[in-house]
Amino acid sequence: MSRLLTVWLTLWLAVPGIAGAAERVVLWHSYRGAEETALIAAVEAFEAEGGADVEVLAVPYEVMASKLTNAIPRGNGPDVFVFAHERVGGWADTGLLRPVADWAGAPALDAFPGPALEALTYGERRWGLPLSVKSLALFRNTDVVPEAPATMDDLLAAARASVARGGSGIAYESESFYFHAPWYFGHGGALTMPPPLVDFEGPAWRDSLAFLADLVDEGLVPEEPTGALVAGLFRSGDAPFAISGPWFLAELEGGVPWAVSPLPRFADGRPASPLLTVEAVFVSATAERPDDGAALASFVAGPEGARLRGTLGRQVVAHGSAWDDPALADDPVLTAFRDQAALAVPMDNRPAMRDVWEPSQIALKKVMRGLATPEQAAEASYRRWKAITKPVPPEASPTPYLALLATGALALAALVWRFLAGLRARGEVEHTARSWAWAGPATVATVVLVFVPFAVGIGISTFAHRGGDWTFVGLANYVAILSGSTFPHTEPLGFAYALAVTVLWTAANVALHLGLGLFLAILLNDANLAGKPIYRVLLILPWAVPNYITALIWKGMFHKQQGAINGLLELVGVEPVSWFGSFPTAFFANLCTNVWLGFPFMMVVCLGALQAIPSDLYEAAEVDGASRWQQFRHVTLPLLRPALIPAVLLGTVWTFNQFNIVYLVSGGEPDGATEILISEAYRWAFTRQEQYGYAAAYAVLIFVVLLGWSWVSTRISRSVEAAT
Amino acid sequence: MSGRAGQRTTPWTTTLATHAVLVVASIAALYPILWVVKMAVTPGQAFDASPSPIPSAVSLEHFAAVTSTTTADGGWLFGRQLFNSLLVSGATTVVGLGLATTAAYAFSRFRFAGREAGLTAFLLTQIFPGVVMLIPLYILLDAMGLLDALTGLILVYSTTSVPFSTWMLKGYFDTIPKDLEEAARIDGASNAFIFTRIVLPLARPALAVTALFSFMTAWNEFILAATLMNDASMFTLPVALQRYVGEYQTDWGSFAAGAVIVSVPVMALFYALQQHLVGGLTAGAVKG
Repeated sequence: MSRLLTVWLTLWLAVPGIAGAAERVVLWHSYRGAEETALIAAVEAFEAEGGADVEVLAVPYEVMASKLTNAIPRGNGPDVFVFAHERVGGWADTGLLRPVADWAGAPALDAFPGPALEALTYGERRWGLPLSVKSLALFRNTDVVPEAPATMDDLLAAARASVARGGSGIAYESESFYFHAPWYFGHGGALTMPPPLVDFEGPAWRDSLAFLADLVDEGLVPEEPTGALVAGLFRSGDAPFAISGPWFLAELEGGVPWAVSPLPRFADGRPASPLLTVEAVFVSATAERPDDGAALASFVAGPEGARLRGTLGRQVVAHGSAWDDPALADDPVLTAFRDQAALAVPMDNRPAMRDVWEPSQIALKKVMRGLATPEQAAEASYRRWKAITKPVPPEASPTPYLALLATGALALAALVWRFLAGLRARGEVEHTARSWAWAGPATVATVVLVFVPFAVGIGISTFAHRGGDWTFVGLANYVAILSGSTFPHTEPLGFAYALAVTVLWTAANVALHLGLGLFLAILLNDANLAGKPIYRVLLILPWAVPNYITALIWKGMFHKQQGAINGLLELVGVEPVSWFGSFPTAFFANLCTNVWLGFPFMMVVCLGALQAIPSDLYEAAEVDGASRWQQFRHVTLPLLRPALIPAVLLGTVWTFNQFNIVYLVSGGEPDGATEILISEAYRWAFTRQEQYGYAAAYAVLIFVVLLGWSWVSTRISRSVEAAT
Repeated sequence: MSGRAGQRTTPWTTTLATHAVLVVASIAALYPILWVVKMAVTPGQAFDASPSPIPSAVSLEHFAAVTSTTTADGGWLFGRQLFNSLLVSGATTVVGLGLATTAAYAFSRFRFAGREAGLTAFLLTQIFPGVVMLIPLYILLDAMGLLDALTGLILVYSTTSVPFSTWMLKGYFDTIPKDLEEAARIDGASNAFIFTRIVLPLARPALAVTALFSFMTAWNEFILAATLMNDASMFTLPVALQRYVGEYQTDWGSFAAGAVIVSVPVMALFYALQQHLVGGLTAGAVKG
């Protein structure tokens, strides 16, 4: 058996080693469906024309960017990859990309539209070839609105008519700047330099928020819009309009008859311009086969690649020659998107673009929920932008820290030496070595893969990381967090605020887990109870569901229009609740989810402990005339305590760091108010320009808080035990 | 075992109330799961949002779509990913259990220099904030040449589960009477003999529970796997599932079908091990 296992292991683990050898050009993309099929067809055509063999890897979109950022500098990345142009600036700065000028065969550029090439230019060099362009456009239900609205007034009039009939107006994901951009540009906005690209203090941003507030007041936009809700409203004919991109086409099958057209113009003639995304093909700087990679990239972007992607994948391809093909030129959908792209504003490719999303979303959500005037909302987005783009602290001199480190290392060496000398003096060397032979492997593995990464993390916390540059800043990250200089302690994002939320979160969860678990365990601990095995199995089920799945399910169940919870409330006559609109309800949603998935653990612990209590103790108590409550108080509880204390301690620590639930259910809403320390740390590391140093400092502080807490609580539980 | 009810006759009102509470609790536990099943079997994207957990139409198309994914060269991608998940989780269980049982035996039976420090260190690992250690781990595994290889995942997962497993097993070992071992030792038995022939067989419930936990750690994890693996044929199922929660749109039907497929094996294990679960998790703490 074990030999068979070894053979299998060796066999399967060896496979990536062989496949990874540079015999093939490696291409990464995150396309799905028809686009993926079309890309593969283009790659096959490249191979058929005598190009190198290609290995095509589909990488999930969510992790693609961070993978590229991590893998390429270490030589683990692809030779060629497909991604949107918005990261070009950051990647060019960190040396991830090979400029087109260095590509073998100098690809011809004249067939590509100027704006698409412009989007791929940064620092006066071109970094990739455009594949296709994507932007939003207006979808309409042709049963209700046969002709495309020519002006914004026409659009709004048709939407008002639908609302007057009891339907919805314009379905789109109004809480994201990507979808709000047409209103911003339509009110005279621009992507300004210097950052914040979106002028959060300017009139266009305020006016666009006021425009949105009017749409909300008139009930023309759906609340809590998600992609699924937009699709549902449009497909069912409830909403006559939807604003979405080419990916929306896949959702329309089997719904109402529809057509797509560019967004209309405002009364002053300004177009409602959406943002333009240029999907492009890049050659990585550390490509093992750069020349074959460049040939592949040029082919996929070139005439034949474009024709295949356009006809099979229905992409709005950038290469001009493909549009000679009637299959593309006569396609009303593709031409509508192409017309819209001509009016669209290319997303800025500088790293600062990534700092736009979070601040703009704050304002959009506030306006959508009617919680702020457009002025206040605009102000809030500017404040958030200032906080997340805080300047890098001044560089610190590493000398005192190195001296401290050296002293620490010396002290550690001295301790080890004393330990070994003590062993020798007591003649315990052999016994200790033999014991450690048993405990050693686990300890070594834990030290290497848990303690070492954490030590590295402590090291990282003394640096500031921005755009690939590491600056040594000493303790400045800690000072910034603890002094509240980035954000005041009394507001979301402040350290003390997040700590308070985390403590509340942990206390509420553990209390409910324990209360509910103990209560159910007592009910189940009845030998005569009919159906006990069935109850027990059903009640353990939530534990068996992976918690990220649980989180996504519950998030869906708390959705305002489509969620089951509001559906149930409606049955008993309660108005739908906007769960993520206020702190108490959002916190409650997180809490429900985590209690649901966590109570079975405590129930099982309690059940085990209850069953281990000898029954003669109860008999004796009964003989003494003790009531049920007295029996519980004086027999059950004291005997449960030894089992409950470790379970509660562990439960506390796990809940304190319960990242998945908070991140996936409320996502920190509203405005980061329900964020706990660990999810806040994650945001700094992965969604706010990779500020790894700042995030690592957060992590170390979490560790310190928990360490202090465990120390205190073990002291207390020991003294309680000693007293009883 | 639980003696109370055996001695007293419970009034029927109490029994009724007990059942009422348990039925409500069971429904609450089951409802979200039924909701996922409903999403998984509802054909197309036409998911109806009514609170009833009973689907209005049933089709297996999402299951078919999820399980029939292929690689670029026509291989059966889902099969490969299922195999990866099974292999990684199985190997994590074996490696993790191997490391944890020996360590737990030493911590339970031997008194040696560094024992307290070792136990404390294991406890400390539970308070390290996991997600933030992604970057250091990535750098480390890269240096060891273990990126994009299942070996790397197996190593990381086993070490994540080892500290907790060690503590749980140590607690259980502490409750096993030492008389048998002492008798065996007088007869000249070695530590290895005592460990494999006496202690391990007696600790079967705790081993089962520990194995279940190690398996779950590996089976359910996706953040690390998504960061460390690049090649879709190296993905585990949770990472494959992530692909359905896309950039602009979420394919809820496929996601739900995948969620059901991922959850069922763990549910089956829980069902099979539920007897052990109750005893194995707590015996140590109660008696020790």
